[in-house]
Amino acid sequence: MKGPPRNGALLLLIPAILFIVLLFVYPFGFGLVESLTKPNGSFTLDNFARFFGNAREVRTIPVTLGIAVPVTFLAVGLAVPLSYYMRRGIKGEKVITFFLIVPVTLGTVLISEGMLSFMGPNGWLNLLLLALHLVQKPVQFTHDYAGVAISVGLQGFPYSFLMLLGYVSGINPDLEKASQMLGANKWQTFWKVLFPLMVPGIAISFCLNFVMAFSVYPSAVLLGQPSGPQRVIALAAYQMAFEKFNFNAATAISMIMSAIELAVIAVVLLWRSKMYKGASIVGKG
Amino acid sequence: MRDFKRISVRHLTKSFGEKTAVDDFSIEFGKEEFVTFLGPSGCGKSTALNCITGLIPITSGEIYIDDECIDDSRRSVPPEKREFGMVFQNYALFPHLTVRENVAFGLKLRRLPRAEVERRVGDALRLVHLESYASKFPAQMSGGEQQRVAIARCIVLEPRLLLLDEPLSNLDAKLRVELRYELKSLHERLKVTTVYVTHDQSEALALSDRIVVLKLGRIQQVGSPQAIFTDPANAFVADFVGYKNAWKGRIERLEEGGGSLKAAIRTDGALIEARLAYPAEDPRRAALATAFREGSPVTTAIRPEDIEAGERAGANVFRCVADLVEYQGHANQVSACIKGCEEARVDLRSAAPLAFGDCFEASVDPGKVLVFADRGGG
Repeated sequence: MKGPPRNGALLLLIPAILFIVLLFVYPFGFGLVESLTKPNGSFTLDNFARFFGNAREVRTIPVTLGIAVPVTFLAVGLAVPLSYYMRRGIKGEKVITFFLIVPVTLGTVLISEGMLSFMGPNGWLNLLLLALHLVQKPVQFTHDYAGVAISVGLQGFPYSFLMLLGYVSGINPDLEKASQMLGANKWQTFWKVLFPLMVPGIAISFCLNFVMAFSVYPSAVLLGQPSGPQRVIALAAYQMAFEKFNFNAATAISMIMSAIELAVIAVVLLWRSKMYKGASIVGKG
Repeated sequence: MRDFKRISVRHLTKSFGEKTAVDDFSIEFGKEEFVTFLGPSGCGKSTALNCITGLIPITSGEIYIDDECIDDSRRSVPPEKREFGMVFQNYALFPHLTVRENVAFGLKLRRLPRAEVERRVGDALRLVHLESYASKFPAQMSGGEQQRVAIARCIVLEPRLLLLDEPLSNLDAKLRVELRYELKSLHERLKVTTVYVTHDQSEALALSDRIVVLKLGRIQQVGSPQAIFTDPANAFVADFVGYKNAWKGRIERLEEGGGSLKAAIRTDGALIEARLAYPAEDPRRAALATAFREGSPVTTAIRPEDIEAGERAGANVFRCVADLVEYQGHANQVSACIKGCEEARVDLRSAAPLAFGDCFEASVDPGKVLVFADRGGG
């Protein structure tokens, strides 16, 4: 609707462009070149061949996907109904939001350390489960898949929830009323009106959550078995760089990481465009 | 559509905590009738509408369709089962669906055969002149077009009651009049029983069979547009339908004569004569006699259109000084004060050119002065 901005206004873009170029385009380009060269600077595909030639390295891809995909589905899957439920605000909303934000502010390491003692074989959680006779022997939460998944989920869920809450509470409440007046019950209204309008938000929060979960590192080291079943791809890159001191190969691994993340994002955005064909507005009057 | 004869709302009350938004609201809608709830913002008209739809639970009272109780504040038929249609001020179209899909929304929920859905959607879009817009999305359309889609989306379901909540308020002046004509002609053709909520008296007068005037959640008057316009029940209704000159005063003299009751009223600014012209057999005549005594406090109401500027002999002539003149094409809108009493304002229309500071005589026919008894500020 608006005309093109005047030339002066374009200047305002400079800080943003500088930011993107310096902090994203340049490092990414540098990394791409690094991954395709030998230490002496000549072109090679060896760095990639080396990764894909080694079963132990390749296995990090399904291991990491095995953590990131289910955790992301779970986090977004829980965030959708919760944000729907809280769309008009509920009592104690601030308290709930506070407790959701705390894990984000504390940082992964502190959370992981806390979980180690709280969820360990002699931790409170297991003592409680034993006392209630819900389990016969302590459950293996830590140094296992469960610990990593819980920790990654705790970190990702608040982002998904807060983002979706913003989305769903921005949907014009009259749309729900209109749907009801046209004969839809609550369930039909959710699936036919609210969910399609939440799709863009779901897609974005899925992407962000997935990227965060896929680059999992501290949780896997502290709460998983980093040498075996929970050897994630970020750990493979780290070891290549700082244990074997092969930066070119390590960069190649991070490029592979990026490629997988981009592929997943592409799939999600494809789903989004299939689900949501309407104009990009959230139905505000 | 399930047939019915009348929908009755009985003693409907809606409170939000301490505040009563709708108070003892009773009204009956005959089939095919067009009823308007008219009142200023905050008068409870939209709340009353939402209570009738079932979107807001009622505090007490009952709603009946013929003998079937659809709401008695304990048990209520949910909105989706009432077969009512609602049009919202902000259109409330589903932004992710095309015009066709929006209109088909309710039909698809009813699991009608595909061919029937297509036929009825086509008919409804033709009715609102939007056949060529079927594949567009709401965001690609103007406000007036969107509101026509919203109307089509309701009438395609042949609702028992169509409720419109300030449907024209978001449109610009020209579109508002166009769509008002369209609503009127739709009602003439389809005869859908309609409840219309507005704060705009001209919409109410133009469209309605009956008007319900509301103030602070209470019904002030129910009547035909003619009755509301020419014979408002109290000073509030009078003010709302355009009797802009409202002066408080006291009756100085009452005299019976020539089939009418004459009153002379002393206001701040002047002595006003009013002829209360109910025929002797009208029951309201008796009510007048009890309401008005010499010395009783009253409010007089006069339309700006009924005040004439220019020399004129007889009663009700005031010397005024114009202090605001707006040119409005066919006439001037003049705001003036009565000489000797700067507090009393006079609003009038004047064909004669007047300018700021002009002194002139204004007069009003005593038969056009309405007089309302003041009851404790009500």
